[in-house]
Amino acid sequence: MDSAPNKTSTDSRTGFVSMINGPVIHATGMRDFGMREMVHVGDMRLLGEIIRMDGDEATIQVYEETQGMRLGERIEGSGEALSVSLGPGLIGGFFDGIGRPLGALLEKEGMYITPGIEAPMISPDRLWDVTPVVAAGEMISSGALLGTVQETALMLHRIICPPDIEGEVVWMTPATKVSSGGIIAKVRNALGRIVEVPLTQRWPVRTSRPYRERLLPNEPLVTGQRVIDGLFPIAKGGTAAIPGGFGTGKTVTQHQLAKWSEAQVVVYIGCGERGNEMTDVLEQFPVLEDPRSGRPLMERTILIANTSNMPVAAREASIYTGITIAEYFRDMGYDVALMADSTSRWAEALREISGRLEEIPAEEGFPAYLPSRLAEFYERAGRVVTQCGENGSVSIIGAVSPPGGDFTEPVTRHTKRFIRCFWGLDKNLANARHFPAISWLESYSEYASEVEDWFQGNVDPKWGELREKARAILLEDEKIQQVIRLVGEDVLPDDQRLVNYTAFLVKNGYLQQAAFGSDSYSPPAKGFAILDMILHFYDRGLELVRQGVPISLIKGSDAVEDITHLREFSSEDKSSFERARKKLDNHLNRVGSERTREEGGIK
Amino acid sequence: MPQSEYVGISQVTGPFILLEDAGSDAFFGELVDVRVPGGVTRRGRIVSLSEGATLVQVFSGTDGLIPNDTRVRLLGRTLQVQLAPSIIGRTFNGLGEPADGCGPVFGGRRADANGMPLNPMARQYPKDFIHTGISSIDTLTTLIRGQKLPIFSGNGLPHNQLAVQIATQARLMGSENFAVVFAGIGIKHDDAEFLMRELSEKGRTNNVVTYLNLADDPVIERIATPRMALSAAEYMAYELGLHVLVIITDMTSYCEAVRELGVAAGEVPSRKGYPAYLYSDLASLYERAGVVRGLNGSVTQLPILTMPNDDITHPIPDLTGFITEGQIVLSRDLDGKGIYPPIDVLTSLSRLMKDGIGKGFTRDDHPNLASQLFASYSHVQDVRSLAGVVGEDELSKTDKQSLAFGGLFENKFLKQGKDEDREIGQSLDMAWDILSSLPKGDLTRVSLDEIKAHIKNQ
Repeated sequence: MDSAPNKTSTDSRTGFVSMINGPVIHATGMRDFGMREMVHVGDMRLLGEIIRMDGDEATIQVYEETQGMRLGERIEGSGEALSVSLGPGLIGGFFDGIGRPLGALLEKEGMYITPGIEAPMISPDRLWDVTPVVAAGEMISSGALLGTVQETALMLHRIICPPDIEGEVVWMTPATKVSSGGIIAKVRNALGRIVEVPLTQRWPVRTSRPYRERLLPNEPLVTGQRVIDGLFPIAKGGTAAIPGGFGTGKTVTQHQLAKWSEAQVVVYIGCGERGNEMTDVLEQFPVLEDPRSGRPLMERTILIANTSNMPVAAREASIYTGITIAEYFRDMGYDVALMADSTSRWAEALREISGRLEEIPAEEGFPAYLPSRLAEFYERAGRVVTQCGENGSVSIIGAVSPPGGDFTEPVTRHTKRFIRCFWGLDKNLANARHFPAISWLESYSEYASEVEDWFQGNVDPKWGELREKARAILLEDEKIQQVIRLVGEDVLPDDQRLVNYTAFLVKNGYLQQAAFGSDSYSPPAKGFAILDMILHFYDRGLELVRQGVPISLIKGSDAVEDITHLREFSSEDKSSFERARKKLDNHLNRVGSERTREEGGIK
Repeated sequence: MPQSEYVGISQVTGPFILLEDAGSDAFFGELVDVRVPGGVTRRGRIVSLSEGATLVQVFSGTDGLIPNDTRVRLLGRTLQVQLAPSIIGRTFNGLGEPADGCGPVFGGRRADANGMPLNPMARQYPKDFIHTGISSIDTLTTLIRGQKLPIFSGNGLPHNQLAVQIATQARLMGSENFAVVFAGIGIKHDDAEFLMRELSEKGRTNNVVTYLNLADDPVIERIATPRMALSAAEYMAYELGLHVLVIITDMTSYCEAVRELGVAAGEVPSRKGYPAYLYSDLASLYERAGVVRGLNGSVTQLPILTMPNDDITHPIPDLTGFITEGQIVLSRDLDGKGIYPPIDVLTSLSRLMKDGIGKGFTRDDHPNLASQLFASYSHVQDVRSLAGVVGEDELSKTDKQSLAFGGLFENKFLKQGKDEDREIGQSLDMAWDILSSLPKGDLTRVSLDEIKAHIKNQ
């Protein structure tokens, strides 16, 4: 918090607007303001942030539309850097890029977001049942657990002592209702001063929150998406990027992950994307059930939206607002998944502001500091031991929107350096409506081997083996496909046709997964059962091919074709899986024995 | 309100003029009148403001301005559009001034043409299916009320014809409270003529408002034209309760105007010389579509853009595709085969389709059927390229079936008359009929039950 200057009660600092160029303005008389301080600009009191100081003059990026502003209008300081409020009341909330609650704005001003409108991030009057954990007389240090609030049925909100406070508790709230604006404890610090601990804390968004130590990410973040869990898993505390041109399904994939990821808190940032997409989340999540707890998904979700038509400077801030909230819940010992859709819009916002500041551009007009900003963001992910000794994690899943679907452009390229899981979306798959259109050739996960033990222990010991086998078949099929494109399928030897057909089953029966309906969430065990069946077919099929049974006989049965429909079954429906397997075995046995009989006959 | 006037400007560069001392009288974004004695009055807008230097962008160009004699008057307002029920049926120029000789619009109010961002919480997720009577659109790229669905076309393709057919056949909008706002940006006189005639003759509505900037009108005005049209559309939708279909053509001309302006202002260009903020700028237009919770009307956008060199990765279609909720792509190849509408269904997409089709909206089997058509037709493309190498005769039986399916799909399903209005049920049945020419094992996207119900001779 050192970056913010101390706020004085009689804040007499005033600057004056001296230049206006879209969202970037200059002001004079700014000597006493702080770098990165939040300011109110002009008669409309637009929110802005100081991004450059030069003697008496400051450059301010304004988070709202500046139309109508005049030279000479006043600038007032807020005394703090761009900050968010952290406390009970965040869950289920819907905020704009700088943390204003969109619901309160709607009530206040109606359907449009008017410039200069303000509302506290968490309404200070809301009451919460606080259960104290420490008592007066105890010594506490930063990160200590002070009390708890049951915020929703899913969320036990742990009130943690803010990092800059330590000492002896001289007063602790009894178990009672405390308003969001109230205090829960008073602490005498080393200097003998009494410090109040508020229920709702403030934190500057550009500063990462402290933790005790980092842990290795060796537990998977189960997503319920077969292609991800099965082939390219992400770990809790991991980082992943989903790049794809328009129409390849970035947003649907992000929504899927937000819905079904095994995280206690999901922070979803709609950064420079469509308004309707946020509305979609807002309408669906309160009715969709979390598959594990049966409670509405909204009870674990926080939404941040800066849609593409909202001012560009706030788009740049939205990413930081989101990650700060994610870190706050991590510090309570929760697993948090953060989706940022799309980080390209954030990078473009950086570019736009950099252009207005007349900085020298690097690649494709992006500022030279783009890679370091990306690194800073993705490094705020991780699985850690928090200051209160719990294990918590923040996983970041960032969508990337490369222009023209070209993965060599700067944002995708630099993002690839800082993430460990790459889910490349393929235009051709999307055109054939193979969803999720995650390419099995271009994607990778560096966590695959780290989380394999967990899957083998919790799902099936054969997990790793099947994964390798499936990938090998898909890879081999790619080579076979090239031959097929040249000469057709018929001239291939039967063992290659079997690989080709097995890959067809893997793609259509396993990798494809509808975002809607019963297959939307597929627990790892279900995916495993399907893949096991497909590879069982392959093993048995290969035996038969070697015995000389023609491929057309092996695959020519409902029992085989039905494999592509296995995903229609629910994961609990074990008997259907067993029936299908029996049917498949019967078919393969029959084909095999017919062949043996024939051979017997010849002899 | 007293209006200040300044005499003399210090610099003229392209469409920009520099004023030395507008000082603190002016505000950012303010509209000005610029004139030389004896000349016409031109409209301009303040785009940058600092001590001793006020930059004004002049909409109708700066030719003939004499720096010492030029008078600049501050109008005390931003770029505004006149909104009143009586705008319906009228034609305006690209700056929103009446252009049909029927005199000024009386009554109503003036509103800022830039609009304001809609609070995402105020939106209602669009779900209502719009029947267009065109099989490929209804079945595979379903148009939803409140959607922004552009047509990606190329020069010489029948995008205007298609836009007219959609506008005239669109249903479930209710004919009474249905209206069309037409914005022509840098379009040819002939095209404007065709669109206006067809819309008024064939349309079931007289509720048409037109904002027209023709190809030979001032380029800078093009920045204002779509904003005028969209402000009018929002007013008609949210205040008059109409379901408004906004047809904007040609977005390519708009983007080129933005580029011209950016270059003239000496901004650092991004891809292909377009400014870095083109995405945000386009979003400020396209996002002005939607449905607002608790209000009756809706704004549906059907922007048309011609892809330069038919290149879908060109910045204009590319950025558009990232903002809009899908795209309808026209194919020169299909057009060459004589298929109208030449919609390339594989690259076309309607993002809102998933929630507006199926049970309770169109028909239960619609989602899976659409997915199957995409998969099968996508396979046709692979087989065709194979046939190109080995010859059709060498293809396997299933590949030949696939080719036959491709032919049926294009000639029966895609192809239809310019006035042919097909019911959704009719389109879906036709699709099942065509699919039945494929072996059942290839139908992996539809469920077993659906196959039983819809394919007769299994």
